[in-house]
Amino acid sequence: MLIDVNMTINGKAVRGQVEARTLLVDFIRDHQRLTGTHVGCDTTQCGCCTVHVDGKAVKSCTILAVQTRGKDVLTIEGLAQADGTLHPVQEAFREHHGLQCGFCTPGMVMMGVAICRRHPNADEHTVRHELEGNICRCTGYQGIVEAIMDASSKMASSSTTGGQA
Amino acid sequence: MENFGYHTPASVADAATILNANEDAKLMAGGMTLLPTLKQRLAAPSDLIDLAGIAELKGIHREGDEIVIGAMTPHADVHESALVREAIPGLAALAGQIGDPAVRHRGTIGGSISNADPASDYPAGLVGHGATVVTNTRKIAADDFFTGLFDTALEPGEIVTSVRFPVPVWSTYQKLRHPASGYAVVGVLVAQTTDGVRVAVTGAGPSVFRMSAMEEALSQEFSAKAIEGITVSADEMNNDMHASAAYRAHVVTVLAKRAVASR
Repeated sequence: MLIDVNMTINGKAVRGQVEARTLLVDFIRDHQRLTGTHVGCDTTQCGCCTVHVDGKAVKSCTILAVQTRGKDVLTIEGLAQADGTLHPVQEAFREHHGLQCGFCTPGMVMMGVAICRRHPNADEHTVRHELEGNICRCTGYQGIVEAIMDASSKMASSSTTGGQA
Repeated sequence: MENFGYHTPASVADAATILNANEDAKLMAGGMTLLPTLKQRLAAPSDLIDLAGIAELKGIHREGDEIVIGAMTPHADVHESALVREAIPGLAALAGQIGDPAVRHRGTIGGSISNADPASDYPAGLVGHGATVVTNTRKIAADDFFTGLFDTALEPGEIVTSVRFPVPVWSTYQKLRHPASGYAVVGVLVAQTTDGVRVAVTGAGPSVFRMSAMEEALSQEFSAKAIEGITVSADEMNNDMHASAAYRAHVVTVLAKRAVASR
């Protein structure tokens, strides 16, 4: 039996029909063809599939599509502006070389955005603690942590001067 | 995972009706343990009853000398609650040590205690504070709620609706966190309450337990020195790939001393 689902993904209203057991990440990737969200471990550990649901970072491999009916979902594809201008966290990852193979990067960036929103001017300890659920097997995390700290500071000063972040 | 019927009741009464009508139905709170279990096909319920739409199960408030936490309140909300941080900072800190940020946004106190994972943090939080579990049919003292490995006093069809925490004089939670999973290899909660000192241990044994010898010693003299010679027998501790029983038994005393010393 298929269930109707509707939600907002990256600002756009979407509809679909899914089995109850369909995971949000499968709805995003296979039904909506938004393949920027990755599946790493499929066991709630690696964080590659991190998206925001109603503004909160969650692992989309461990939530059903039917659980997000009527909710607002943000994926990696929804971060950059329409003209291609990167989100400050994406820009910081580029600047600080916060990636090597790139597989974990969508999840790292989505968790990074969540960290920057919740912790303005986040220090290294906070960033590392908040990144506990996101695993990278290449970088050693140094560039990722530096990127998120830098973005957190830039977003905090931009919001106090009235800029968009 | 196998497919299932999916229900979204709007009240606890409706959830109980659906649960009682479907022998192989399961309640779903945050799903942080249930969904991985279904993926591994360790369980295949006929129906999932999603409690997320039940407003009466959400939220945190104070009633007299108790903090009441709705069963569907996520760990992140307990961790960040100004009310909990002011009244029971040790509990707010405990909630912030569960899993990772994404898990804390979804996982709930009701789901966690109903699952009763021996390595989860909340059992120590509940038993250590002398909390009361409220269900749709009765109230259960935390001391009587956790009955064994993944086992609770909940009857079939019973649904946890809230947990009531008496505000302690002081409490803290010390945890040896498994670096990969975030679960407690050992977790010790020490509380000074109006009814005396309580020491509750999670992670170490098949279920949460109290260290009554430590409670008595600390009631006489609240110092780390007072409990340094008090140990738990390794015979009753968990022994697995993460830690030996002897190591866990040793760490119980180390963490209890650390907790008392932080006062």
